[in-house]
Amino acid sequence: MNPFQYERASDVSAALTARARAGAQYLGGGTNLIDLMRETIEHPDVLVDVTGLSRDIEETQAGGLKIGAGVKNTAVAADRRVRECFPLLAQAILAGASAQIRNMATVGGNLMQRTRCLYFYDDAARCNKRAPGEGCDARDGFNRNHAVLGASESCVATHPSDMCVALAALDAVVTVRGRNGSRDIPLIAFHRLPGDTPQIDTVLEPGELIIAVTLPPNGIAARSSYRKVRDRASYAFALVSVAAGLQMEGGMIKDVRIALGGVAHKPWRAERAEAALRGRPATEAAFRQAAEAELASAQPLRDNAFKIELATRVIADTLGKLTKAQGAAQ
Amino acid sequence: MRWIINRREVERDVDVRTSLLDFLREHLHLFGAKKGCNQGACGACTVLVDGERINSCLALAVQYQGREVTTIEGLGAPGALHPLQQTFIEHDGFQCGYCTPGQICSAVGMAAELRKGVPSYVTADLEAETIALSHDELRERMSGNLCRCGAYNGIVDAIHETFGDLAAPVPKREAA
Repeated sequence: MNPFQYERASDVSAALTARARAGAQYLGGGTNLIDLMRETIEHPDVLVDVTGLSRDIEETQAGGLKIGAGVKNTAVAADRRVRECFPLLAQAILAGASAQIRNMATVGGNLMQRTRCLYFYDDAARCNKRAPGEGCDARDGFNRNHAVLGASESCVATHPSDMCVALAALDAVVTVRGRNGSRDIPLIAFHRLPGDTPQIDTVLEPGELIIAVTLPPNGIAARSSYRKVRDRASYAFALVSVAAGLQMEGGMIKDVRIALGGVAHKPWRAERAEAALRGRPATEAAFRQAAEAELASAQPLRDNAFKIELATRVIADTLGKLTKAQGAAQ
Repeated sequence: MRWIINRREVERDVDVRTSLLDFLREHLHLFGAKKGCNQGACGACTVLVDGERINSCLALAVQYQGREVTTIEGLGAPGALHPLQQTFIEHDGFQCGYCTPGQICSAVGMAAELRKGVPSYVTADLEAETIALSHDELRERMSGNLCRCGAYNGIVDAIHETFGDLAAPVPKREAA
């Protein structure tokens, strides 16, 4: 690990000032960044520890929840308001990592975690995300875990978060602050597709700090679920995951949200599938057709074509189960 | 720099690159926590910070200044074993023993989470008032600790015997 200076930020404005120095980076729980520094993929000169900031979960006037960026993942999943009003988010967080890591990791850090593409971690391999312009050895390599949607010639990595998939389905908004003030970014616009610049994961400007993630009140939250398919029953990244919520009226779909994990460089909001379902009868055939419409643009690599059918089936099955869910609020 | 390690105040100056795990092992010679993978995958380095379990390999020692760190050496001692250490012996909860300190610290942290009503991925009803430590709950909650010998059956039995009666009330919703 390269040498660096460590500072603990006392407040947001001190954090922004410290982060303005050359080579400075923010440090959350460190569960991803420390590992990346040890592998010398990241080599900050200054670490600005922001875990003491933004540590509350508050109810908003609109009837939603505002979750501070410094709140630990466990604390979000254990919060009674999250469990009652946004169970989808609690489920997604609990599907990720291990209890030890959820106790360390912050909400802001979860948003900022980097891909677990093995070629990104392997400095003997070429990787445009780690060394822009070098090439991508994953594209023609062992790419069973890689993207089928929205990938580019230069990068086929996937975003590893479970939490962010739920946030994408829940229309969450990320509040960030820079030296020129605050701005709100919809979660689904926070992460980028790789294009020709896969080294840039998010739309954050240099130095901007995540302050909070806000969940607006949401009609689909009461009838929602997170479904994760992985190689073992626990403590593994998703091959495919689906965050979905339905609002029903009679047998018709009044509203629907679907987001996918494990298939793209960012949490993938399935807007085509949603559009195909809104105002339609909730039938198994409709779910299957909507899922197929979403995956129609998928481009498989050598090892990951299975994800297309897997995602299609998991979307359709998850929606089907939601229509039958007992006790869900209408 | 100052920490409270196993109820004792410790002052040291360490290179900021030092992980909490290396600090415990190399500087304080507390060799219970193990460096298995050094990347948060195996759980052998699990310790408790203010009663919560973490992977000490993914933590910088400087991040945890002023906090209370408990390692296996702080849970029990020869002649005064922690109840879970005793049940690990009785149920053959280990073969080589390398993962054991992490397993035991992790299980103690897990019991505290259950007492606070923290749900898990297999908790069917997130609004339930109590969560019982079923076989599935135990295995899911301990999935961050690997045992390459495969002593899982003994580990599960030992944890069940020590904490199996746990069915804690869930905290009430806080006022806004």
